[in-house]
Amino acid sequence: MTTTIANHRTRPPAQPATLRARRLPRYAPPAIALAALLVAAAVVYGTGIGGPVLVVVVAALLYLAGLFAASNAVEGRRSARNRTWSALIHSAFVLAVLPLASVVWTLVSKGVERLDGDFFNTSMNNIGARDPNGGAYHAIVGTLEQVGIAALITVPLGILCAIYVVEYGRGRFAFAIRFFVDVMTGIPSIVSGLFVLAFWVLVVSPVFNDGRPGFSGFAAALALSVLMLPTVVRSTEEMLRLVPAPLREGAYALGVPKWKTILRVVLPTALPGIVTGVMLAVARAAGETAPVLLVAGGGAAINFNPFENNQSSLALFVYQQAGDASKYAPARAWTAALTLVALVLILTVAAKLLARRNRLGR
Amino acid sequence: MGETPHRSADAGTGGIRVASSGQQRPAGASARVAESPVSTRTPGGDGLGGGGGLPRARAFGAERAFRGLTLAAGTAVLVIIAAIAVFLIAKAVPALGANTENFWTYEGWSPNDTAPKFGIGTLAFGTVLSSALALLIAVPVALGIALYLSHYAPRRLGTALGFLIDLLAAVPSVVFGLWGRDIFVNPVRDFSAWLNQYFGWIPIFGGDGPFGKSIMLGSLVLAIMVLPIITSLSREVFLQTPTANEEAALALGATRWEMIRTAVLPYGRPGIIAAVMLGLGRALGETIALAMTLGITFGISFNLIENGGNTIAANIANAFGEANDTGRGALIASGLVLFTITLIVNITARAIIYRRREFTESAA
Repeated sequence: MTTTIANHRTRPPAQPATLRARRLPRYAPPAIALAALLVAAAVVYGTGIGGPVLVVVVAALLYLAGLFAASNAVEGRRSARNRTWSALIHSAFVLAVLPLASVVWTLVSKGVERLDGDFFNTSMNNIGARDPNGGAYHAIVGTLEQVGIAALITVPLGILCAIYVVEYGRGRFAFAIRFFVDVMTGIPSIVSGLFVLAFWVLVVSPVFNDGRPGFSGFAAALALSVLMLPTVVRSTEEMLRLVPAPLREGAYALGVPKWKTILRVVLPTALPGIVTGVMLAVARAAGETAPVLLVAGGGAAINFNPFENNQSSLALFVYQQAGDASKYAPARAWTAALTLVALVLILTVAAKLLARRNRLGR
Repeated sequence: MGETPHRSADAGTGGIRVASSGQQRPAGASARVAESPVSTRTPGGDGLGGGGGLPRARAFGAERAFRGLTLAAGTAVLVIIAAIAVFLIAKAVPALGANTENFWTYEGWSPNDTAPKFGIGTLAFGTVLSSALALLIAVPVALGIALYLSHYAPRRLGTALGFLIDLLAAVPSVVFGLWGRDIFVNPVRDFSAWLNQYFGWIPIFGGDGPFGKSIMLGSLVLAIMVLPIITSLSREVFLQTPTANEEAALALGATRWEMIRTAVLPYGRPGIIAAVMLGLGRALGETIALAMTLGITFGISFNLIENGGNTIAANIANAFGEANDTGRGALIASGLVLFTITLIVNITARAIIYRRREFTESAA
């Protein structure tokens, strides 16, 4: 840093009459781009090694090289670097937007094909390979029940855990809990599915089920809560830490016991942030396929009872329809995917808007 | 507070003593709360006025109960992690005992046969290869976008696009898998054929097809999936760079890139590492998108463009349907390996972040 500045200083000014450094004229970058495009087209089509995509790629590389060379000659090395990195960063943006835009576009254009009342009012029960109708009613029911139960388990547990870490925990034990909550964030969804399979489906559920292991929506909810728990704990923890200390001290000064202070003063203050975190966790859990596949089994019929028999979910429905041989299956898969994304995005957007209104801020 | 205490101080939960004579109330929760030495003297034992409004012995119970409840919830996290390990091991051991081949080196997966044969080698290799490739592609692009959004784009545009990227991070993986299998496979197949034609002499682009559902497709889809996560996390870190540092660099005559290199990137390094590690964690554990886009073969090969590739998680999703008891145990054993790998990655990442305590709140 210091050396480059020193070099810059010692270089004699090119135009002593003005204090301005020499700059590339404004028309130079577009001109270089045009030249690069022409050269690339000539090279690619001349040798016949590719099509328009290759032309664009080669042109982009030529543009970067040309821009660097031109700027280096006129403005110096530092400015040349600046321009090149700037171009690279802009192109990274364009590069990433293309596939993401393609995902969104495909989702919408293919998803609206089956977006009718039938899709939301029927299940896949008795729908054969030649039937064009059939819907995701059972899957939507499954998703809502599983995610709802998972939230019922996770929210109290997660909030209490965060309260312990922030308000009561001291020393190594609290640190260990914090650390392992962070580590738990990275547990793959399939592992949590396998855990519930090994724990609930194979060991516990036979007790209620005449000795036979049984898939159920509740098992899926358990697996989802393993995934949701760290997210809820982390966001609650962050929010509790943001609650101003004077609020707590005021309550203590009035003689309010600590537990009541936490429940009546701290939690309500942090509530919007906690709700945001819970909604984000729910949104993530709703999109999980693997755990549901492993422990709820999926199924074609409507099953309102989460404690018995197979249940499906929207994500699993997408996966199963995508693997189905029927020619009507892909349309169902895309519409279910669109529904799922809509559900997840509504939750996420609502959570983000809520976070924006949060008085504690971030 | 000069009186002789009429009860021992350890009657409470460690708070200050309640010293007023005639008080029948223990130095319980309420006193403990007021950790500054405030006298909780009250005019009488009948609970009237001042500290007399403090909860009675019942509060002692409530405080203890609540504290115990939160402690139990905190312990539950440790119990869950331990339980995951215990139950996976318990279910994996019988299957590993029944395995007639070496679990680490055998290339193949047929645990449902009468003489079960299965090995983790190819799967672990595929998992690591696809995740590494995905990160190799995603990290530079993600950092580029994050820098664009935080330091190049106009502020309003940057905020709006950042919001959009956050939304994309929430899109479920099954959607990316579906897109990769139905749409993205076509350009990748064309690109693979092109690579094979002109660069076939490099072993990783060799082979004679069919192309398409390859490690390359899987890694690209994976890269596109982790891109929003890494972007949104590192964008947040870049935005938190102290303005003073940035302005100081600019005031010294630094160009915009020099300012980023000297002020933004060093400040954000722990956050970037955390973001990349989280991306790696997601890539390693990704199941459905890879189950839909990989060709599912068994065999260790560095060839990127021929149909093939498999990962631990994708194999679990694909083989679970027809697994019998031993097959299930074998899948659980492979899940245990995946759990161990991700645990090591995560603990390493957290250790790196925790070493820089000042960043833990913001970056992780």
